[in-house]
Amino acid sequence: MPVVVTDNCLRCRFTECVTVCPVACFHGDETMLYVEADECIECAACVSVCPVHAIYDVIDLPDDKKQWQAINAERAPALPVIDTKQTELPTAEARRLELGFR
Amino acid sequence: MLEASEFRVAIVGSGPSGFYAAEALFKSGAVAVDMFDRLPTPFGLVRGGVAPDHPKIKTVSAVFNRIAKLPGFRFFGNVEIGSSIGVDDLRQHYHAVIFACGAERDLRLGVAGEDLPGSHTATEFVGWYNGHPDYRERSFDLSKEVAVIIGQGNVAADVCRILATPVDDLKKTDIADHALEQLATSRIRDIYLIGRRGPAQAKFALAELRELGSIRDCNAIVDPRDLKLGAVCSVESVDQAHESIARNLAIFRDFSNRPLLHRKSIWFRFFQSPSAVLGGSRVRALQVTRCRLDGEPFKQLAIADGTVTDLECGIVFRSIGYRGSPIEGVPFDPHRGIFPNVEGRICDGYSVQRGLYAVGWIKRGPSGTIGVNRADSCATVASLLADKAHLAALEKPHSRNLQYLLNERGCRPVSYDEWLRIDTAEIDAGRARGKPREKFTRIENLLSAAGIASHAR
Repeated sequence: MPVVVTDNCLRCRFTECVTVCPVACFHGDETMLYVEADECIECAACVSVCPVHAIYDVIDLPDDKKQWQAINAERAPALPVIDTKQTELPTAEARRLELGFR
Repeated sequence: MLEASEFRVAIVGSGPSGFYAAEALFKSGAVAVDMFDRLPTPFGLVRGGVAPDHPKIKTVSAVFNRIAKLPGFRFFGNVEIGSSIGVDDLRQHYHAVIFACGAERDLRLGVAGEDLPGSHTATEFVGWYNGHPDYRERSFDLSKEVAVIIGQGNVAADVCRILATPVDDLKKTDIADHALEQLATSRIRDIYLIGRRGPAQAKFALAELRELGSIRDCNAIVDPRDLKLGAVCSVESVDQAHESIARNLAIFRDFSNRPLLHRKSIWFRFFQSPSAVLGGSRVRALQVTRCRLDGEPFKQLAIADGTVTDLECGIVFRSIGYRGSPIEGVPFDPHRGIFPNVEGRICDGYSVQRGLYAVGWIKRGPSGTIGVNRADSCATVASLLADKAHLAALEKPHSRNLQYLLNERGCRPVSYDEWLRIDTAEIDAGRARGKPREKFTRIENLLSAAGIASHAR
């Protein structure tokens, strides 16, 4: 199944994921990234590189994050492709600690 | 035609890391990229490695097609670097040479009986079912009921799935016809996946592990006793940075609780170190020694000091990793099986080999999926671009004479357009059989599909 970016990306946007995506299926705005499900080839390379575990295979989405599948589907197509590493948001490190990731 | 003033780069190998290196070079501005492959076909392991029942992953080739259409890109299939054309030849023609030639050889177990008939490498089997011309003439004795696969990574999972999946399901994939024919006669009923360490150390990716439990008419069996973790494994299983361990363990736990409903079974066997392949004229059994784990979290080693058992079987596959092969004229690290490099710049000891670079598995060893190679290729190209001014100043007097050299050496390269003819012909041949593609598996058939007459080869 394709992957989905969830709310852990908000205020972080580390963008490690885009460097390992073989098909450049991440799209983004100033707040976070989204995946275009039709473009994702389901390799899951991005899942393990996210420093804040924001990315899930659809079938692994926890119940309280299931809405993110629809949000990704709605927002990704309208936003530009992000295929190179961006500077993380200024709030990223604080947010990472807040989420409990080292 | 290329301008003599252009910055010219040769890429040796046309798998993912080669294409991603080309993409990164084109993003940097005006360059000319010539990509070489020893086969008439591009895409490396995407064509010859990715399992036929993983069609979604193969669609990454659409990305490579887009890169191949960029101005300045040329493909030279059917040209082996190191034999017909030497690395020195390339250095005379190009400002830089990037090696993207992967890791094509299997690691050896180093145990007695390893080369008995019936003991195979995963590479042979994978190449065979994927229609790689090197393995076209292999055959595998699938007439006994038990098969053993040594290794617990994604390649072992691929081999296992192909052995366990009903042929009716494989028929709809692009699996090579000669493999389908032999698999249809298979009597394999029990497949053992052997690992020296435990379930917390198994290397399967989550999706691949799950798949092993969802093959039609096949059990996935884990001994619940193997899931009682020791203290160190428990530490590993709750580590936040290694979330996949807990997820894999949950899947193994699910497998261990399932009723056995089917005739066919996949058995996960942990803590077993292969100590010999037994048999007279061919494989009769794999001898394994029970192991315990010793060491710090994430550094535990398997110590084989327990009970020795003979696991009776008719065929053995080893899938314990890969190494690269040396190429004449390029430094090689025989221990790691890679081209030694610093940030992608190939080195011989402390001396950088000017203009030689490495990407992908030949750069860092055989791990990481397709996308990981994209980041890796970008990193090497960044090193190359930092050296560009210096490299571009070097005179390449032979840069216009590549065609002359190829003619002189009797090479008839396959261009990208000619590959696209092969591609179309394979898809057409597949359609007739209800498959997405029927690969041509002999060099002569590939060349004739490319429209290259036999006298011109």
